[in-house]
Amino acid sequence: MNIYADNAATTKMSRAAVEAMLPYMEDYYGNPSSLYSFGQRAREAVESARKSIAECIGADPRGIVFTSGGSEADNQAILSAAALGKKNGKTHIISDEIEHHAVLHTLKKLEREGFRVTYLPVHSDGVVRTEELEAAIREDTCLVTVMYANNEIGTLQPVREIGKICRERKILFHTDAVQAVGHLPIDVESEYIDMLSASAHKFHGPKGTGFLYARKGIRLTNLIEGGAQERGRRAGTENVPGIMGMAAALAESVRDMEENAKRAAALRDRLIKGLAAIPHSALNGDPIKRLPSNVSFCFEGIEGESLLLLLDDKGICASSGSACTSGSLDPSHVLLAIGRVHDVAHGSLRLTLGDDATEEQVDYIIQSVKDVVEYLRGFSPVWRDLCAGKAQFIL
Amino acid sequence: MPLYSEKVMDHFRNPRNVGVIEDADGVGEVGNAKCGDIMKIYLKIDDDVITDVKFETFGCGSAIASSSMATELIKGKPVAEAMELTNKAVAEALDGLPDYKMHCSVLAEEAIKNALDDYYEKKAKKAGQPDKTEQ
Repeated sequence: MNIYADNAATTKMSRAAVEAMLPYMEDYYGNPSSLYSFGQRAREAVESARKSIAECIGADPRGIVFTSGGSEADNQAILSAAALGKKNGKTHIISDEIEHHAVLHTLKKLEREGFRVTYLPVHSDGVVRTEELEAAIREDTCLVTVMYANNEIGTLQPVREIGKICRERKILFHTDAVQAVGHLPIDVESEYIDMLSASAHKFHGPKGTGFLYARKGIRLTNLIEGGAQERGRRAGTENVPGIMGMAAALAESVRDMEENAKRAAALRDRLIKGLAAIPHSALNGDPIKRLPSNVSFCFEGIEGESLLLLLDDKGICASSGSACTSGSLDPSHVLLAIGRVHDVAHGSLRLTLGDDATEEQVDYIIQSVKDVVEYLRGFSPVWRDLCAGKAQFIL
Repeated sequence: MPLYSEKVMDHFRNPRNVGVIEDADGVGEVGNAKCGDIMKIYLKIDDDVITDVKFETFGCGSAIASSSMATELIKGKPVAEAMELTNKAVAEALDGLPDYKMHCSVLAEEAIKNALDDYYEKKAKKAGQPDKTEQ
């Protein structure tokens, strides 16, 4: 059985997305900046995609800037807010410990330039506390950037509450919504979101395409110079096929969202229940405030990469936050932030189900993980010591 | 290109000499769970020849494969020869390891030397002589 259970990494493109792209590669390949009607046809397509995407998140189309993906959008949002803040003598930013590296590394860069950043803790459930956010706000806070949903443990943040606090305190609020757009209902107006980052390939669109939403009046810093595309906010000829594919994918994802989310959540809960039956295992992140398709576990006494390789042999594509899968010595910063110690964080497994997942597949995954965990524990000296009482079980 | 060579995958999927020797003549353990790798080697030695070797490993694919290969390389060998085992030899026998996984072969070498040291120590004690472990 072959099961792709790594939809948080990337998704299969939808048929609608592929079909929306093809005409703009084969037939209407004109440059949207060209004056003649052949180019203007591409321009019209890009603008209709912008409108369609904006509608999906309740935004003004003029606020949508097409980018190369979520990372670029995160970079541009944060650097823009920082530049605006600096102009007004505000150099403090609030974020949290479990952001994506596209956010964290950009913040590190700003710290080297003299900005101060407060990283809110997320507690054992992986959720930011709004009272801690309020307490962290200072006179010179220019930006709050908190993700909508976490890519590793799937936890959802209280975005609307955070947005409201920021709006009242006149602080810009950016949310990295890469894992949420197309999967959860988003409305930038009622959720007080000033800036939002999204990536097409997370919702069945093409790779290399994404967008940044920035509320009217927020002056964006240009990361790429060279032309007046995107109203001077992002130079470079528009990725017309990519944009068309993204718009089609998002429209379809939003249309089927409720049904997909309901189905996915039921399968997710079945998977969680099955994996929780493995002794000395634990679900990472809040069981309810989480993405409908995300399952993240830690298994004591084993290491994540071996687990992934053996699951791959069984036809299951999954991922892990272990050090060995990242090429660094430390396991995932997200798992450490929710209080998983190194020993346990190395034995993590993330399964993110697709819209086409079935109960049969879920049951196969449960059995496979059980078998592989048991097999690896069979010759793990860590497990032997735990069972012999030489070390204390953590989970 | 796959992450690992076929040899690595073979030793990972079908690790040789997995297990425990209850009355081992030498036991070595290196690494820690914090770093994500622990290897434990058990040696059975007769007349300074390694007659049996077993291992247990907590770690990634290359850690398991390195342990497996290292045990194969010293099985049946005189202890003096096993002492000469290098991490390079382990990695080469596996048709190479990715650069950032080379430390797995280092752990395998260290685990075996650790077990051999333990053997020498025990032997010295048995003979009622002061510890002459060569480090």
